[in-house]
Amino acid sequence: MKVQNNRAWLMVLPMLLIVALSAIIPLMTVVNYSVQDTFGGNEFFWVGTEWFQEILASERFHNALQRTLLFSALILAIEIPLGIAIALAMPRRGMAVSFCLVLMALPLLIPWNVVGTIWQVFGRVDIGLLGHGLASLGIDYNYTQDTLDAWLTLIVMDVWHWTSLVVLLCYSGLVSIPEVYYQAARIDGASRWAVFRFIQLPKIKRVLLIAVLLRFMDSFMIYTEPFVVTGGGPGNSTTFLSIDLVQMAVGQFDLGPAAAMSLIYFLIILLLSWVFYTIMTSLDNDAAASKGGQ
Amino acid sequence: MASIHLKGLAHRYPAASSGATVPYALNPLDQVWDDGGAYALLGPSGCGKTTLLNIISGLVRPSEGRVLFDGDDVTDLPTEQRNIAQVFQFPVVYDTLSVADNLAFPLRNRGLEKAIIDARVAETLVMLGLEGRAHERARSLSADDKQKISLGRGLVRTDVRAILFDEPLTVIDPHLKWQLRTELKKIHERFGHTMIYVTHDQTEALTFADKVVVMDAGVILQVGTPKALFDRPRHTFVGTFIGSPGMNVLRCEFDGEQAFVDGVKIPLDAATCSVARGRGLHESTSVRLEIGIRPEAVTVSGEPKTGPAVRLIAVEDLGRHLLLRLQLGSQPLCALLPEGAEIPEQPTLHFDPAMTLLYADSLLVEGTDDTEQTSAVRVEAYA
Amino acid sequence: MLKLSEINLAVDGQRYLEDVSLELKRGELNILLGPTLSGKTSLMRVMAGLDRPDSGALSFDGESVIGVAVQRRELAMVYQQFINYPSLTVYENIASPLRVAKLAKDEIDARVMQAAALLKLEPYLERKPANLSGGQQQRVALARALVKRASLVLLDEPLANLDYKLREELRAELPTLFAELGAVLVYATTEPSEALVLGGNTACLHEGRVEQFGPTLGLYRDPDTLMAAKLFSDPPLNTVALQRIGNSLRYKETDQALAESTAAPLLALIESAGSDAVELTLGVRGHHVRDSSAQCSPACFSITGRVDVTEITGSESFVHLDFLGQPWVALLDGVHAHASGAEIELTIDPADCFLFDESGARLRKQCERVN
Repeated sequence: MKVQNNRAWLMVLPMLLIVALSAIIPLMTVVNYSVQDTFGGNEFFWVGTEWFQEILASERFHNALQRTLLFSALILAIEIPLGIAIALAMPRRGMAVSFCLVLMALPLLIPWNVVGTIWQVFGRVDIGLLGHGLASLGIDYNYTQDTLDAWLTLIVMDVWHWTSLVVLLCYSGLVSIPEVYYQAARIDGASRWAVFRFIQLPKIKRVLLIAVLLRFMDSFMIYTEPFVVTGGGPGNSTTFLSIDLVQMAVGQFDLGPAAAMSLIYFLIILLLSWVFYTIMTSLDNDAAASKGGQ
Repeated sequence: MASIHLKGLAHRYPAASSGATVPYALNPLDQVWDDGGAYALLGPSGCGKTTLLNIISGLVRPSEGRVLFDGDDVTDLPTEQRNIAQVFQFPVVYDTLSVADNLAFPLRNRGLEKAIIDARVAETLVMLGLEGRAHERARSLSADDKQKISLGRGLVRTDVRAILFDEPLTVIDPHLKWQLRTELKKIHERFGHTMIYVTHDQTEALTFADKVVVMDAGVILQVGTPKALFDRPRHTFVGTFIGSPGMNVLRCEFDGEQAFVDGVKIPLDAATCSVARGRGLHESTSVRLEIGIRPEAVTVSGEPKTGPAVRLIAVEDLGRHLLLRLQLGSQPLCALLPEGAEIPEQPTLHFDPAMTLLYADSLLVEGTDDTEQTSAVRVEAYA
Repeated sequence: MLKLSEINLAVDGQRYLEDVSLELKRGELNILLGPTLSGKTSLMRVMAGLDRPDSGALSFDGESVIGVAVQRRELAMVYQQFINYPSLTVYENIASPLRVAKLAKDEIDARVMQAAALLKLEPYLERKPANLSGGQQQRVALARALVKRASLVLLDEPLANLDYKLREELRAELPTLFAELGAVLVYATTEPSEALVLGGNTACLHEGRVEQFGPTLGLYRDPDTLMAAKLFSDPPLNTVALQRIGNSLRYKETDQALAESTAAPLLALIESAGSDAVELTLGVRGHHVRDSSAQCSPACFSITGRVDVTEITGSESFVHLDFLGQPWVALLDGVHAHASGAEIELTIDPADCFLFDESGARLRKQCERVN
């Protein structure tokens, strides 16, 4: 076994190099900026954790973080149940299956910025189908001026764009459940809810975990779509962490605070992903423990 | 518990294209299965036994005929309203629930009181010998224990009218098969549930059932006790399918007094001869005649001229038995001798006339006084 | 010849194989017999080179094959599940290993047709596997293993998913099918009866150890250990604990002495084996427990047990009974309908019995010893 392990290391070496070049080195550059200050030119001063303290204490950061967390929470709360529901409703056999799968895959094939542009146009009160339609129904809708409208637009857009991913993942889990489970449940007199709770949910748990993780990370890092649609407005109401970060780094050229902020941002994502993962796999571990215990 | 009456039942799966006629997956049949009986449906893959089981459980709706439980027509009732229990080929347990919760599941679904549920679950755990494991997670159990839970979810209910088994021992190790089989048998003896057991394994069918239903190609060929199926198979298929190895079936001629296999005289019993003569089989040339004899009933001896000589092809030692592969005239023949029996170099054959059966076009030639329940069998459809 | 010496394999602290040493010759059928998780599949994976043992040597025709990639070994494997290429016809399925080996077209055609003829697949050559029955699908998998003319053929419970009757049929054909290849043939099964029909050699496996290896019939009749006897008995081996006190043999449970005529041949056996064991286990197979009316030698003894349940197959009866607290099975010829709870008497010939000492080693007459 020992010999095998050494060779395995050799095999992953090229991959490690690529990871180092593409991730670790840029990350280190960011770390480097985050502890220094510059007044232009190539002069840098050591400032220690000053930028971090400043960012963590700033109201601007807190507000952006809260907005981002709220956005992710709303996205998960809508997309996960909706995705499961659509997956449950999808046909299991026949011609309709491929039709549904293609339909579901379509939004996933559209690039982010295009999605943003589509919705930006779609929602415009003057020429957009949605905006104009709502206006003609007498509903006061304007995502460039109303905070609630802006949020609604972003959430509906994200749900439209990404629920398919959850659907497809759940569907793959659902179709792998053998038919006898459903037959046994019918014989046991199980309600639709009991079938979901005790057969379908346990069997799709693993893919669901992946879906939750992917959707959380994606929504927490969302940038392109709000940038295209609302540009962070009205006011700062849709300025999420990512948008704030870019404004700070590119707009104001505050490299030090921006670097510190990206590190904090990165750690938050890492931490939350880990928390999600631990919570959702804990059930599995329980089972494994009871298995090992006997 | 209930008696099950299958009235003019038949099934065709829907045609792929409209207008095309699909052959019967299950040919028309009439069967009454008694309350508290243990029945086995035995046959090769694709013989229609699972279709029949699914019709009884309500997973498949028959295209013709009715299914009656205790006289109540349940043909149009869905599975969940028929009050049946079913154990499948692969164990079905609710992974996230404990053993006890798995057993309680069908009762909770029916909204029973907690006290009643607890009492029934405790009783069932004892019945299955799983008392000590009530709180273990079901998915950590071995395959045979999972199968017990599948069965337990049926036993726990008091409203069950029949328990159906679909090849339940497929994934169980041989040693544990013995245990599970006898436990099933004991549960049947003690509680008298109506049980229907589908299998392709003759040992399972014969050991489990009071009455075995042998099927092939969508037709019920014989319904009888294990002994009747072994001693007097009504169709050559039943004879060859049951027994290991199956019955020897040899082409023969019949002169009204005895049979001849490639010119070798084979004595038949008087009753068979008179029935055969009565049907004019000794004069007919269009009917295919065969004799059937079990390898267990073929005896050989070394004494010359006491019977027809036979060629010994091979001897296989199977531990418990010796299997002799012989050739009589041009036709192969098996004989099964007990362990350690002496094999003569120049064997002569002995057929017991009482155990030698005559078949005309694959159907047993027998008197009408036969009391076995065979009247309902419609073999015409069977090619 | 495939030679395994002291193979050990453990994964995450769990032992899969322990000191497995076997010599499997070309042209012979070797059966691995044991229950699920006894190490049959692990052993096959090591033989195939899919898993690398922690220690031990593995050589084929004298050359070590440890660390040689599976793709470079002349190897064919058939599994319990019917594994075929779903998109290829039966013909192409059988031909696939030959196409990989880049054989000439004529040669491929000849070999495929030969294998198809042997396995009675000629009418189905143009069909896709999904349109075949289970038995036919497994025949295709076997044909693919056959055409490859591999020097090592591993069959992992190939008949387990087939119908009973089909299994009987294929079982009878298998040994002759592969015999001509001159390959090392390994066949894993959980069923003692299957091993007996197949013949050849058998290795009894238990918890990753080889309990005994030898010619199948010899092993069946003459097991070395209690475990080997148990593994090779279907119905399960009946056992009862005995104690030797001075010149008498007693049932441990009741302290009741066996009749002198019965004890004499058993004591003679113990003496001949040179054993001074006090605690003994007597084992007897189900079909050696006979109806009390059966003819038997004067040494025969009878036992009385309480019937648990009787299974009747039509030609035989399995009487399950409780004998001194042990579950016993008597396999009687004919129909014997004993009611549950009845006390019945059965007869056993001591000559049919095995005796084992505390360690589970079988006691044999000295002259009987093979080594």
